Amino acid sequence: MKNSVNRELPEELLKRLSYEAFETTEIGHPSIQRVAPTVHVSTGDDKVVDSIKEVVKNTVKDGMTISFHHHFRNGDFVFNAVMREIIDQGIKDLTLAPSSLTNVMNDMVIEAIKAGTVTNITSSGMRGSLGDFVSHGGLENPVIFRSHGNRARAIEHGDIKIDVAFLGVPNADRLGNANGMEGDAVFGSLGYALMDAQYANTVVLLTDNIKPYPNTPASIRQTQVDYVVKVDKVGDPEKIGSGATRFTKDPKELKIASTVNDVIVNSPYFKDGFSFQTGSGGAALAVTRYLRQAMIDNQIHASFALGGITKPTTDLLNEGLIDRVMDVQDFDKGAAESMHTNGKQQEIDASWYADPDNKGAMVDQLDVVILSALEIDTKFNVNVMSGSDGVIRGAIGGHQDAATAKLTIISAPLVRGRIATVVPDVTTVVTPGESVDVLVTEYGIAINPNRKDLISALSSLPGVPVYSIEELQKMAQDKVGEPKPLEFTDRTVALIEYRDGTLIDTIREVKD
Amino acid sequence: MADTEERLRRTMMFVPGNNPAMVKDAGIYGADSIMFDLEDAVSMTEKDAARILVYEALKSQNYGEAELVVRVNGQDTPYYPNDVKAMVKAGIDVIRLPKVESAEMIQMLVKDVEASEKEVGREVGSTHVMAAIESAKGVINAAEIAAASDRMIGVALSAEDYTTDMKTHRYPDGAELEFARNMVLHAARAAGIAAFDTVFTNMDDTEGFYRETRYIHQLGFDGKSLVNPRQIPMVNEVYQPTEKEIENAKNVINAIQEAKLKGSGVISMNGQMVDRPVVLRAQRVMMLAKASNLLDEEGNYLEK
Repeated sequence: MKNSVNRELPEELLKRLSYEAFETTEIGHPSIQRVAPTVHVSTGDDKVVDSIKEVVKNTVKDGMTISFHHHFRNGDFVFNAVMREIIDQGIKDLTLAPSSLTNVMNDMVIEAIKAGTVTNITSSGMRGSLGDFVSHGGLENPVIFRSHGNRARAIEHGDIKIDVAFLGVPNADRLGNANGMEGDAVFGSLGYALMDAQYANTVVLLTDNIKPYPNTPASIRQTQVDYVVKVDKVGDPEKIGSGATRFTKDPKELKIASTVNDVIVNSPYFKDGFSFQTGSGGAALAVTRYLRQAMIDNQIHASFALGGITKPTTDLLNEGLIDRVMDVQDFDKGAAESMHTNGKQQEIDASWYADPDNKGAMVDQLDVVILSALEIDTKFNVNVMSGSDGVIRGAIGGHQDAATAKLTIISAPLVRGRIATVVPDVTTVVTPGESVDVLVTEYGIAINPNRKDLISALSSLPGVPVYSIEELQKMAQDKVGEPKPLEFTDRTVALIEYRDGTLIDTIREVKD
Repeated sequence: MADTEERLRRTMMFVPGNNPAMVKDAGIYGADSIMFDLEDAVSMTEKDAARILVYEALKSQNYGEAELVVRVNGQDTPYYPNDVKAMVKAGIDVIRLPKVESAEMIQMLVKDVEASEKEVGREVGSTHVMAAIESAKGVINAAEIAAASDRMIGVALSAEDYTTDMKTHRYPDGAELEFARNMVLHAARAAGIAAFDTVFTNMDDTEGFYRETRYIHQLGFDGKSLVNPRQIPMVNEVYQPTEKEIENAKNVINAIQEAKLKGSGVISMNGQMVDRPVVLRAQRVMMLAKASNLLDEEGNYLEK
């Protein structure tokens, strides 16, 4: 059958995995029953364990679901150390359910799949050799990709039942009070890991820095933790920071960023007390800088900034241009340190950030978000998951979640090298066009025809040409030509859930 | 191509002809003129590749309203004949000849252009030319160069080679260029064509760039050659008329219309006759105001 974004979903698959097809971005007001974890009762005096080997032996059994967080990004030492031990102990048939998988984990995951240790994966995304491996049919069961908000929802629903969570932290006391802000390998907010700490049946903390009891401020609390393992090093501080930290000098990125700023400033949402989310990367930092100037010029301040936080955003907080910063993760050391010292920065978990089945999530209150795209099509559907070769090479992250903002701006170049970004149909639908409002390219903008209010607000901005999305698509095609259609086999290698847990698209095995 | 008389030429952006990404994106920055470079930016081994790339780009890409210029290799190089032929065939607006020292060099270019126009079936006279003046001799002969052909649309001073020829180099205050700037500018004005100032290459010295741009704006240059798209908004800012200038210009334009309605040959404003220079300046101010996005659809000043 076809879902509402016109994607053919195999009936057999829907039935076997009991999926509903994606219909709408509207969540409605259902009543939801959440689950609760098993508690292994203890007074807390016997949590410290000497080795990963011992803790794995005590906790992990065949067929379990295990989880990790990705706050250390490419500086992560915890994932590989734990997985090494799990593979070596010959444990089989695990479901791997990390908040996301970073490149530094790829080789180990491939080894674990080949050894039969891992037979199912759910993640926000995957890249590099692992994406390639899965896209070429390396894992028998399809990977399930979920947004950060959807992972929180799935954990609360019991769709993901975590048996053991292995959570690396830069500090902890002997009972497991821990935060992400002090120590050598600091990363700031523990936002994604807080879900695991709250819902896993067994919670194992790994740290290189045992602090005197009681360790505060505690983001993860002793009431949640079963074991504390002392390791040599949890991560490489140099590789924890992600993306660009410097303002781009690329004139094309600057042009796009300044147009994004024009769109925001001339939208009905740019008024005192507005809220925004920008993300990481050179262009996002540039938007933040333009926005800062516009806020000063117009004497406007923001009530909050949300999401993955960078130093340019915390600088705005320190300047008094933003009242509060809500961190689900921190992309650089500057933002992480600021969260430690600035009381106006609030660590939030993934549920508070973006879980749709909630009594209100932060994204529901968000006015403006700037998101990226690998591809966007003439229905405004966005792909951030598969490359122009059809191979998995991305992550949903908070894309679907934040796209529910009142003004969702996709910022992307019209073409990248010889590859069109604006296409007739995206390879993989991740975020439905229904939730996307404006596309900003270096050539001009396209406004979702459903947004008549934005069309009238943005149609006569000096220096900002407005095209239909079809015109932009044609412009891209005129530049780079029409590619040969990608070839896939019939085998499904990955499922893309929408944030409500329905199926929005599938990814098939690439044919070489 | 737009009317060469009335064109704004505040910004002439250099684009290396061998860089596909920059050639492809050249149209997005709002430069008044885009100059694809086949000469100094391109190494010997890439001369043919660059010529083919720029040719294909001119045939396939849409650069909007920008005036398209190509800097061909010098007449003393083996690349020159093919450069001219290919660019005329591609339909380029303007061919910029480097290192021009005499009217003869322009006349030779015009002859070659005309031959190419006939060969490829392009309307004779539709390809315009301009001269880059890069030596003491070129500066001394600027007047005859500027007037060498009615295909000429402008002269540009190129300071790097010129200062070397003068046994000096560039200084922050620009005193070493004073004579050359004034010669080139006067030659252009006497011939009724555009004058382009030289490039400013230090992208980290924003204040220096503004200082130099304000200075050449004051002298009367049409605009400046640019090495980086980030310089375009800075030049446009300097050339942007003030609210008062725009109000004055509007009054003049209204007076012209009134005179036309009355069928009167004499334009008067506040009881005084309006001279032709005032009319011309008013028209240029309105053109700049429009290009600077300072007017609404009815021509009223927009508060920034």
